[in-house]
Amino acid sequence: MRNPYRSQKIAYAFLLLSTLLIVVPVGMIVVIIIQKGLPAMNWQFLSDIPRQGMRAGGIFPAIVGTLYLVTGAISFALPIGLLAAIYLSEYSRDNLLTRIIKLAIVNLAGVPSVVYGLFGLALFVIFFGFGASILSGSLTLGIMILPVIITTSREALESVPASFREVSLSLGASKWQTIRHIVLPNALPGILTGTILGLGRAAGETAPILFTVAAFYLPQLPDSIMDQVMALPYHLYVISTQVPNVDEKIRYGTALVLLAMVLFMNLIAIIIRHKFRKRKKW
Amino acid sequence: MRKIKETIIEKLILASGLASIFFVVLIFLFLIKEGLAVFQSVTPGAFLFGKSWYPISEPAQLGILPLILGSLLVTLGAAVISIPIGVGAAIYIAEIAPARIKDILKSGIELLAAIPSVVLGFIGMVTLVPLVKSLFHLPTGLTALSGSIMLAFMAMPTIVSIAEDALYSIPKNYKEGALALGATHWQAIWRVMLPAASSGILAAIMLGIGRVIGETMAVMMITGNAAVIPQSILVPVRTLTATIAAEMGEAVVGSEHYFALFAVGIVLFVISFGINVTADLFLHEKQSK
Amino acid sequence: MVNDTSTRTIKFGVKDLSIWFGNVPALKHVSLDIRSNMILSVIGPSNSGKTTFLRMLNRMNELNQNSRIEGEVTLEGDDIKNVDVEILRKRVGMVFALPLPLPLSIFDNVAYGVRMHGLKDKRVLREKVEVSLKEAYLWEEVKDRLGESAFKLSGGQQQRLCIARTLAVEPEVILFDEPCSGLDPISTAKVEDAMVELKQKYTVVLVTNNVKQAARVGDLTAFFLGGELIEIDKTDKMFTAPGDKRTDGYIRGKFG
Repeated sequence: MRNPYRSQKIAYAFLLLSTLLIVVPVGMIVVIIIQKGLPAMNWQFLSDIPRQGMRAGGIFPAIVGTLYLVTGAISFALPIGLLAAIYLSEYSRDNLLTRIIKLAIVNLAGVPSVVYGLFGLALFVIFFGFGASILSGSLTLGIMILPVIITTSREALESVPASFREVSLSLGASKWQTIRHIVLPNALPGILTGTILGLGRAAGETAPILFTVAAFYLPQLPDSIMDQVMALPYHLYVISTQVPNVDEKIRYGTALVLLAMVLFMNLIAIIIRHKFRKRKKW
Repeated sequence: MRKIKETIIEKLILASGLASIFFVVLIFLFLIKEGLAVFQSVTPGAFLFGKSWYPISEPAQLGILPLILGSLLVTLGAAVISIPIGVGAAIYIAEIAPARIKDILKSGIELLAAIPSVVLGFIGMVTLVPLVKSLFHLPTGLTALSGSIMLAFMAMPTIVSIAEDALYSIPKNYKEGALALGATHWQAIWRVMLPAASSGILAAIMLGIGRVIGETMAVMMITGNAAVIPQSILVPVRTLTATIAAEMGEAVVGSEHYFALFAVGIVLFVISFGINVTADLFLHEKQSK
Repeated sequence: MVNDTSTRTIKFGVKDLSIWFGNVPALKHVSLDIRSNMILSVIGPSNSGKTTFLRMLNRMNELNQNSRIEGEVTLEGDDIKNVDVEILRKRVGMVFALPLPLPLSIFDNVAYGVRMHGLKDKRVLREKVEVSLKEAYLWEEVKDRLGESAFKLSGGQQQRLCIARTLAVEPEVILFDEPCSGLDPISTAKVEDAMVELKQKYTVVLVTNNVKQAARVGDLTAFFLGGELIEIDKTDKMFTAPGDKRTDGYIRGKFG
């Protein structure tokens, strides 16, 4: 007869092993990048343009480019995403249209990032004639992070108790006044969290910017939003696969800066979420 | 005055609510607009099942079967690795881990979700690829297997978090009922909780696989990019996504090659659409139960 | 039927009012008049439709997407369907079952409705807040801490704050939805005092689970059962010689 407690032990060992197989490599990746990337960190690396065919010098234009793209993406996606979240949380009825909108959001989240790149190329670069530019890249990234912003903002809005809305309406406030003065202020931390997660996502993506903005090598800063820029993730791809004999230190250093940027944004999001949970008054 | 302002705002809210539908349709329309032109030079059958992908030879050969098989092989490998490990980890986190460790594990998995794919690709290049090469005594470690391992890893956050949600949302009395009848905790998980969470777990797996098929940068960096029909998992392959990413930069706008890459985009869009709609149905079924 | 009260003007006229939530009827053909400057107590067991009835009067039931309404409610002769809903709710204030302060300061809670109706002048706002808090018997307890979060008040204070908040928008009618269900006897007495005082200026409709409370403060009492109005009469008569034996049973505590 099989001993149920022994099979439980075996099963638990397997489950623990599975978990470790995911979490340990994650830790190792972060540690390796920090360990091997730190020696590259100095002021020159962060503030200088790439030199000697990207085998020396710094990554300043790529950092700046990524910051531009992220700013552009969020200034497009946040207003639309937030309003869409308000629609779903406050206005939509339980009907077919709402179901279709939700399905569209799920699909938008699932479209492969390289397909966003194609779309951006076809619509912004060619059809609208923006060319490969910060504008095209930002809009492409903006549409890509829209689902993240909608989903997290909607959760934040829906977590505001319905009774607050009832009270406000019962005092004769209009629906929009209720949203503006009661719902939004109380959902703000959650919306902020979603926005920052969207920023992190936009900063790290490569495929959507490949054909819409990213420059292989461009040692000066952009003058306008119609210019191309270098971007950190694409730069890492380039020096890892396209340029031979790049010092390992520079590759790891670039990876570290990118990782630090993305993780820093996630960290802020986590801190906001945590603080808010503690302070929640209802 | 206030009323007018509010009416305008509410119109904007409705318009933004519809924006998601608009963008999905727009993406599809522009893929179609640029992609369908390829079928002037190649039939859909020859495109999907053609065995050679030589887009810049004269005349161009535009069969994407090697790319489809490349994606399929890498995805299959990733699924075989990620499903048991991902679901296992989800069970561990949802049911077994003590509360404090649970938080650490969840943060670890969230951390993984946040790492950009190009960084994972880079790490894969410098660690995994040499390992696979020496382990199997191969001429190159840039193989489908390396891609599968890397992608399995990248699918984990999706699979673990959605499957954990599914397990977590099962009513407590299911498990307690089983335990009260004298089942061990593991028996309760295996015989009661897993079946009860099955549609959610299935959705988790599907969305994980969706992530794998759509992944671009990491896969381009470590699978070797040989556009030939793969004979084993230990050879270089090229996926649908990597093909677009690698070749669109050089394709001339309006050329056959350009159209063909957009047609590959249509294929990817349709696959991800199918996966997401199906997964959504599974998740919906779970809610209505 | 009710002689000495029938001379007062009719505030609300309710005619053949029914409402369904989905397919479930919550009110069936209710007709009654509510006259000004009186307290109408509405009693009945849970799920008798009394709260639904109350929420008809300021159109709060319309927030439920599945509701379907038939019949007519008039406010001073005008069908409330034709009154701008924001103005209707300004005229017909509501105090909820549980104390529900907004996540704002004490001052901002009271000022909220007034501000939403467009008042910006700081001096006038201060005046209105003070007057309303006094009317709700809360001023003395909070006058030195108006900037504090409303959540720092006790339950009874929070409920009086909610009354002040309703008064601040200067309504004509105040709807109380079991306002003392979460309160201890002392807080309850304070809220009841406030209500009796309020009927000098306002029309009050009080939904309550507490039969004794209805007897204490109501001029008129209406008894609801299963979504129907069983009877409405002067409170004295209702509690001494009810016309329907179901009313008698409920008042004596035989069910509900």
